[in-house]
Amino acid sequence: MGHKHQTGLKVRLAARGLDGVTLLIIPSLLLMIGLFIYPFLYGLWLSFHPKDGSFLGNYARFFADPFLYETINKTLWIAMPATLINILFAVPVAFRVRLMQNQRWLTTLLVLPITLGTVLVAEGMLNYLGPQGWFNRTIMLLGLTAGPVKLVHNYWGVMLSLIITGFPFTFLLILSYVTGIDPALENAGKTLGARATSRFRHIFLPLLIPGLAITFCLSFVQAFSVFPSAVLLGAPAGPTRVISIAAYQAAFEEYDYSMASSIAMIMGFVQLGIVVAVLAVRGLFYRGPAVGGKG
Amino acid sequence: MNQLHILGRRLWIFSVWSLVTFFIVNLLAMIATVITSSTATRWLRSWLPDAYTFKWYLSAWSEFQLDDVLVTTFQVVFAVVALSGLFGVPAAYAMARRDFPGKNIAMLLFLLPMLVPPVTFGIPLATVLYQTGLGGTMAGVILANLVPTVPFVILVMIPFIEQIDPKIESAARVFGASTFQLFWRILLPLLLPGMLAALLLVLVRTIAMFELTFLTSGPTSQTLVVALYYAVFAAGVRAVQSIDAMAVIYMAITVIWLIIALRFVNPAQIVTRAKQQPSAH
Repeated sequence: MGHKHQTGLKVRLAARGLDGVTLLIIPSLLLMIGLFIYPFLYGLWLSFHPKDGSFLGNYARFFADPFLYETINKTLWIAMPATLINILFAVPVAFRVRLMQNQRWLTTLLVLPITLGTVLVAEGMLNYLGPQGWFNRTIMLLGLTAGPVKLVHNYWGVMLSLIITGFPFTFLLILSYVTGIDPALENAGKTLGARATSRFRHIFLPLLIPGLAITFCLSFVQAFSVFPSAVLLGAPAGPTRVISIAAYQAAFEEYDYSMASSIAMIMGFVQLGIVVAVLAVRGLFYRGPAVGGKG
Repeated sequence: MNQLHILGRRLWIFSVWSLVTFFIVNLLAMIATVITSSTATRWLRSWLPDAYTFKWYLSAWSEFQLDDVLVTTFQVVFAVVALSGLFGVPAAYAMARRDFPGKNIAMLLFLLPMLVPPVTFGIPLATVLYQTGLGGTMAGVILANLVPTVPFVILVMIPFIEQIDPKIESAARVFGASTFQLFWRILLPLLLPGMLAALLLVLVRTIAMFELTFLTSGPTSQTLVVALYYAVFAAGVRAVQSIDAMAVIYMAITVIWLIIALRFVNPAQIVTRAKQQPSAH
């Protein structure tokens, strides 16, 4: 009887999709809970237990000290324009590249700065964009400026590094959305006499809005957490003292993990806030398939 | 009027391609600067160095203890690759083959570490690791690097496993294959191309993963990219050429693995395969 009951339970569980195969997910789930969820919750808890013993002491300190709270504005002031520039340039390029037969060489070249990473790009930019670098030599040779232009160790250095590593990332994401739109839709517009600009405005753009929103979120979140290039290429004590520098200094220079966790939480909530806002705006636009139906 | 339209269109196409060319020329020139500088005896106030030498590679090798750093780098990277495969592939198999309660929550749990930037979750993670005594050790660095790579393997492998017909597995069962035989003779050969692609991408990403390694590593557990960061950070202490020599060594290692990876995957996959998932709903 008991045996029969057991098989009954097993069958019922299997019918709900729970059997030996399902258990294979458990190690990964435990790993993610232990290394991602638990540290996040612990960090949140720790942020409410500052050194002075008060509940909101860290947050009060953060929003009272301009050296700390201004990091949010400084980071937004770098991350927002960088993300918008990357998207504005990536869309027209993706529309040209979608027509290419062989995109592989181009995507390979563009993947290069992503795989090399921000640290190497920073070292390259310090050489290349420095006062004696090839870039400044070229523009002086062409007579565009009288003296070298200062492009590193300031705001522009960080901005350019976010474009060099961010543009390929944004472009490859947008390209995957653009190529996902059924060309038959464009051809239909063409047949009906729509010009390129109105085909873009009335056919592609509405279909692309959801993809652009996702791309914006991913690119922005990456840019907002800019760290090595803000130190190496920026002015980390001044205009490019971004929020991740503040969090790093709290953790590894002041050894105040509670404060560091608070800053990390604030960073996370600002990112989350922007993402939620963008996705809410996206909800106002067309949501539907990007392929032609037969209805 | 029509002529004007054609002209405007040509001008538009020309400017788009000029932009792409400008970007790529600057990118390649930037890389060329690093390589040229690493072989320069002296390079000040001129287009090209006075003379060329390879001595900076030797001095970088000893100054930055690159043999130790490289051994650490490869230990970390290969451990991360092996563990990501061991954790990720079975989980992807379960996700692809079964519908179970809470599957959406599991999916969200695997998506989040890929969407939240490493610095944001790296600081609480480093705090926990330092409190458990794993901070600064190689084990800590490996654990931290698994956070984005295991979900990455899962998300790359799910569509790959879904396109393998489950009837093949049923057929093997019918012919009396044991679970081990089924795994070893049927599943593994079928999964191998997808695993190879996913793990090569993990490898390339882990070599270049700066933030998590930087936040969790100590003096004995630095990988090459973190050592490069410290060298650039302390620029002025060492000769620029020496730092550039190290940058070239880093670049060579990354590019070799990238070329190997690109034989098996589309370059766009490095970015899009895993990032595309959230749009699928």
